[in-house]
Amino acid sequence: MIQSLDPRVTRAQIELNNPIDPLTELDQWETYEVFHQKKRGDQHIHVGIVHAANPEMALLFAKEQYARRGVSVNIWVVKTAQVYSSDYADSDIFETVPEKVYREAGGYKVMEKINKYKKAQAVK
Amino acid sequence: MYGNAYIDPNENPVSSGKGPSILEGEDPVLLAEFEARIQRGEKIEPKDWMPREYRKQLIRMIEQHAHSEIIGALPEGTWITRAPGFKRKLALMAKVQDEVGHAQLLYSAAETLGKSREDMINDLITGKSKYSNVFNYPAYTWADACIIAWLIDAGAIINQVANAKGSYGPYCRALDRICTEESFHLKYGHDNVVTLATGTPVQRKMVQEALNRWWPPIMHFFGPSDKISSHTEILMRWKVKMASNDDMRQQFLNMYVPKIWDLGLTVPDTNLRKNEETTDPDWDEFKRVINGGGPCNAERLAVRRDAEERGRWVRNALKAGSAKYVVPLA
Repeated sequence: MIQSLDPRVTRAQIELNNPIDPLTELDQWETYEVFHQKKRGDQHIHVGIVHAANPEMALLFAKEQYARRGVSVNIWVVKTAQVYSSDYADSDIFETVPEKVYREAGGYKVMEKINKYKKAQAVK
Repeated sequence: MYGNAYIDPNENPVSSGKGPSILEGEDPVLLAEFEARIQRGEKIEPKDWMPREYRKQLIRMIEQHAHSEIIGALPEGTWITRAPGFKRKLALMAKVQDEVGHAQLLYSAAETLGKSREDMINDLITGKSKYSNVFNYPAYTWADACIIAWLIDAGAIINQVANAKGSYGPYCRALDRICTEESFHLKYGHDNVVTLATGTPVQRKMVQEALNRWWPPIMHFFGPSDKISSHTEILMRWKVKMASNDDMRQQFLNMYVPKIWDLGLTVPDTNLRKNEETTDPDWDEFKRVINGGGPCNAERLAVRRDAEERGRWVRNALKAGSAKYVVPLA
């Protein structure tokens, strides 16, 4: 039995060479992705993961892990297995986005046209 | 709190010139893209291509870091029931809870690289994986717990602030969270050491003795000198390691030796002068302890195994039949 400087360890009567069977898959349960909202009105933001046996437990762990400091008003948990994500290797699917200026306010320069028109009028 | 991801001192550096290069068999095009991305200051994310050695070293490093947080909670936890006063008990409980929370964050980051949490815990409790060597020493008195909270956490912050600027996204994000919490540990530890150092002669003696005990492990904390290795050079180019062990040790000395002297305490290394010859830490002691010969190695792992074993039936009872393991996303 371990005689420790820590009285709690001594009281627990632990053998020094206590045998243990290896942990098997899912001993630590599935993973859940955690999203928190800092204040009402904000978006929920991904902050990390927790391992849990069920969604209720995931919420509890998420609160302990990610809302222990600072302010949070709300948490979501989603099973990692149920998240579908795009692949970084396919990031070319986003490439044409900056080219489509016709979808942006800055893509329309009316003042140029107006000034040109006014100039032409003045000459007449 | 954590010192440094020392390359296992038992492991021969691959870079000794003999044996295959750590880059052997890597696709040169992908490798160039990978290195260019790091050069541009972009983060590497879990599903990106990465060299085998990058993955291997990151798993080793983040896993060691996680184990250190878990095992580090043991010497400090010793003092929760005996902390002087209610406020200090509350603060120490909060600190220990933080450390265990850090382990959770770090295990999650390591998992994204493809090693399951169960495998990491198995490697810890069978003694296969290392953890920070300082936690193989006991905390004899309350003052030891104070010195740990101040100076070990100070060392950890130096290391973690540097590594938070590294290249692997999930590790950096975990470290950002961790560093915020560590700053409370440092202040709390300093406050406790100052209380003892400005107290009665008995208290001063107690804190000086604790400092004397912890000084050699603190010097070991940053790991052996690694400037010479070209392995280190590659890891630094890949932003796996952000500073050499010696540089971090020096930064620690620059910042904290004046604060120690300021309290009228002394460091046991009487040769300590800046820019002059100093005594080198005793690396034989370091190797002996990290390989299992320290005063607490066996106890720490036995306690850890006991906790796993006693909790197992609860974990099994809650297991869902339909559960399926999926590597976390980020």
